[in-house]
Amino acid sequence: MADSLRVELVAADRLVWSGEAQRVIARTTEGDVGILPNHAPMLAVTVDGVVDVLTTDGETWVAAVDAGFLSVAHNRVSILSERAEMSHEIDLEKARKDLERAKASGANEDEASEAVRQAEARIRAAERAS
Amino acid sequence: MAVSLREYRARIRSVESTKKITRAMELIAASRVVKAQQRAAAAAPYARELTRAVSAVATYSNVDHALTTEPDRGDRAAILIVTSDRGLAGAYSSSILKEAERLLERLRSEDKTIDVYITGRKGEAYYKFRQRPVVKVWTGFSDQPTYEVADEVGEALIAAFMAGEAEGGANIFPGVDEVHLVYTRYKSMLVQEPVALRLLPLEVVEGEAPPEKDEVLPLYEFEPSAAEVLDQLLPRYVKSRIFFAFLQAAASELAARQKAMKSATDNAEELIKKYTRIANQARQAGITQEISEIVGGVNALADATAGHD
Repeated sequence: MADSLRVELVAADRLVWSGEAQRVIARTTEGDVGILPNHAPMLAVTVDGVVDVLTTDGETWVAAVDAGFLSVAHNRVSILSERAEMSHEIDLEKARKDLERAKASGANEDEASEAVRQAEARIRAAERAS
Repeated sequence: MAVSLREYRARIRSVESTKKITRAMELIAASRVVKAQQRAAAAAPYARELTRAVSAVATYSNVDHALTTEPDRGDRAAILIVTSDRGLAGAYSSSILKEAERLLERLRSEDKTIDVYITGRKGEAYYKFRQRPVVKVWTGFSDQPTYEVADEVGEALIAAFMAGEAEGGANIFPGVDEVHLVYTRYKSMLVQEPVALRLLPLEVVEGEAPPEKDEVLPLYEFEPSAAEVLDQLLPRYVKSRIFFAFLQAAASELAARQKAMKSATDNAEELIKKYTRIANQARQAGITQEISEIVGGVNALADATAGHD
């Protein structure tokens, strides 16, 4: 493949991952979007979920991200999130416990449901990778 | 003479223990300042990407947002002062408070009511002692700020600012029309300078990467809409600015502390040297006196026995 995407996954306090990729899938407020090289410039709001990246070496990695942004321009993709964790950094046990706690604290509350979504995203990311 | 010798020795010991403490603080600050610098560097990509995104929206769309529009009248301002939790950092606290004072003076001369927000115990103590009203204080993180705190502070400031926008109804909480930020910028290990800047309304610098002349402007797709994207983007931008200020302030505080503690250690060394000299002098004077007393005594004895013979 001649073209590739230059991807940066950035959390508020660090650069989580950067490198070349063939394909990026992220979840926006409108649904999942897949981004291939030469995608039109785009700015999208992402929700708590999983980011899936196929690198140029043919490897796939997933990361759990909190709500944030996805910007695409000139084959540069940056995913911004206040918190992001690569699948291998996620403590599955802890995420499961967080999920239970969040669910127990009442799923109606905005904050609780946000916590539920975040924990679910982490679990999904960790399970997908293993 | 013997008494003062003991006094000097006690003083040397006390200075020595002070020196040990200042030396330890210097080393701790030195190791932490490196970490603080690394954290500031690690946070840079996020700030850079956010800025790029914000300026992309500003350049390629013409949506106005409450956070970027200048208020019609500005008679109420908020100011966030980033100070340290602990002292012993030389002029760090006083210079940041002085800078804040200058800004307050300027705002007051423009007939504005000022709400003060503070982070750090030093600033809190300063305002409490002078019995000045403070809207909100956050403490306990000045040397290791986390994004969560910046998020909280940003949330509070944006809420105060937006309350002003939504005025008209029965709004008890008066909104502010501008938000200023006073923090210490870290320039190098030796130079940290207090700066005051206006945080809100935002001044978006357009064209982070200015398009080439013959290049067709990329048409950005906004999902779900430009307004929505901006709505999500700008508060984050504000928080990231605050977080950046916290990180800079943390690095500055530690650098200032290291410098202050280094000079304290040097001073202690100087004092020890001085006291050791004086103590030695006192000891020699004591010995000389003792010898002359003994010699005098022996002579007197010799004279007395010679007289008998």
